[in-house]
Amino acid sequence: MSRFIISRRKFLTIAGVAASAIPLSGCDALDGVLSGQSPVRDFLASANSLSYRAHRMLIGADTLAPEFAASEIRQGQRPNGSTDPTDKAYLALKEKAFTDYRLTVGGLVEKPLSFSLDELHNMPARTQITRHDCVEGWSCIAKWTGVPLATILDQVKVKPEARFVVFHCYDTMNLGLSGAVAYYESIDLIDARHPQTILAYGNNDKVLSIANGAPLRVRVERQLGYKMAKYIKGIELTSTLAPFGRGKGGFWEDLGYDWYGGI
Amino acid sequence: MTTIDDIESRTDSPPGKGRVIYRHRVATRLTHWTWAIALFFLLLSGLQIFNAHPELYIGKQSGFEFDNSVFAMHAARADDGTVDGYTTVFGRSFKTTGVFGMSGPADNPSYRGFPAWATLPSYQDLATGRVVHFFFAWFFVAAFLVWFASSLISGHLKRDIVPSLADIRAVPRSISDHLRFRFHHNGRYNVLQKLAYAGVLLLIFPLIILTGLTMSPGMNASWPWLLDIFGGRQTARTIHFLCMVALVAFFVIHIVMVLAAGPLNELRSIITGWYRTDPEKNEEHSA
Repeated sequence: MSRFIISRRKFLTIAGVAASAIPLSGCDALDGVLSGQSPVRDFLASANSLSYRAHRMLIGADTLAPEFAASEIRQGQRPNGSTDPTDKAYLALKEKAFTDYRLTVGGLVEKPLSFSLDELHNMPARTQITRHDCVEGWSCIAKWTGVPLATILDQVKVKPEARFVVFHCYDTMNLGLSGAVAYYESIDLIDARHPQTILAYGNNDKVLSIANGAPLRVRVERQLGYKMAKYIKGIELTSTLAPFGRGKGGFWEDLGYDWYGGI
Repeated sequence: MTTIDDIESRTDSPPGKGRVIYRHRVATRLTHWTWAIALFFLLLSGLQIFNAHPELYIGKQSGFEFDNSVFAMHAARADDGTVDGYTTVFGRSFKTTGVFGMSGPADNPSYRGFPAWATLPSYQDLATGRVVHFFFAWFFVAAFLVWFASSLISGHLKRDIVPSLADIRAVPRSISDHLRFRFHHNGRYNVLQKLAYAGVLLLIFPLIILTGLTMSPGMNASWPWLLDIFGGRQTARTIHFLCMVALVAFFVIHIVMVLAAGPLNELRSIITGWYRTDPEKNEEHSA
């Protein structure tokens, strides 16, 4: 067997060349093709529908997200996004402790209805201790109490052509490129009818705080935090997401985030 | 797959030159380059995602009102008013201005975990980081499944990757050979190569895929055992990060070894499959 011996000097030269090649991976060269409206970015983003379909195949419609013991609640629910809306309609409701609040439910339904907070409180409730996962990467375990969205959908009788539930919200976001835009979100009917999908009015055994979405926020426990709209004004059943915002299905989706937030 | 055992010789070796053998099968070469491209994008988009919340924890959740943080990058103002970037590991902080926590031009610094040159896109854009990451994650996983199945069937796994008992006994000798920069080029993997490749392919790759899946709230519903084996979503995120560090270290050693072993021959073999071994005669030559 023969040997190949390399001098140390040559080795160090080679190692130096290798090391200096690493910072060349600077990435602003690719910024252009990855910017907002680039077709390359659109193509890459289409992997999200693959992930969505794979999850729908793999995960049973009613499979529950993990729930936790009360001892796992080690801190208050960390708020994110809007934490204190200043919209006039919201401030007026807040002034009267949300006694004038009514949740409107319409769109592709047989019987459009609206509900006061008292009416919602009097419906059968579900309480769950779940983990909230922010798209940023952090997690927080908290207890949530509210009305299953399925109960509401049964009362308004969803038309067969409906495919999505859209949540319209009171909070106006000023981050949008087109200025002030009201927060909105959407989920499919599988998640809408999921047993853990609730319109929550209680958090950690207290009335839901303003920072966390009072008077009503949705919990979609198998998806990320941005899917769980806060300060819900109304719910709309629809067959297409095109008419809302820029048509991507939510405030953050319109700014480039994936519509399916289960990953 | 690497056909190191059933060596096929293309030419009679000219005097002073080794035989050319068919070393890497097409599945090896295709998955190698799929991984190379996918990992490049996964790394840079992953650092972009990390920057959205540049802190790692142990446990099910992130401690905001208690402390389970093990790693963080941040910027902080000192008593004299100067701002610096810091990296905190297990509660111990190191000043890392210019690279971690604070980077970019001195007159207009960015307060971010990893610097602009290490992330994709270079500016802060979590949404695009995620889009890029999950696109290439599909290719990475698909290549892994193809590689694992074909290596199992062809025997590549058993023959060339998993070290045998005899290999293990040769570890001390192989280490001393490497320390003296003595490399044997007979087309077979030595035990350190086998250990490195087995560690990456059979340990780090499955680990980085599974910890990635553990971070998915959808996957948590159908495969809750993932959370149990990794000790919670935030621990899984920390392990995912550590796997990345291991892969970067592997990459650096891999490139150095390729350059040291003769980059043209090595590159040719991973592109075309053909590799020139050392001359049969017992001659030593230093380059």
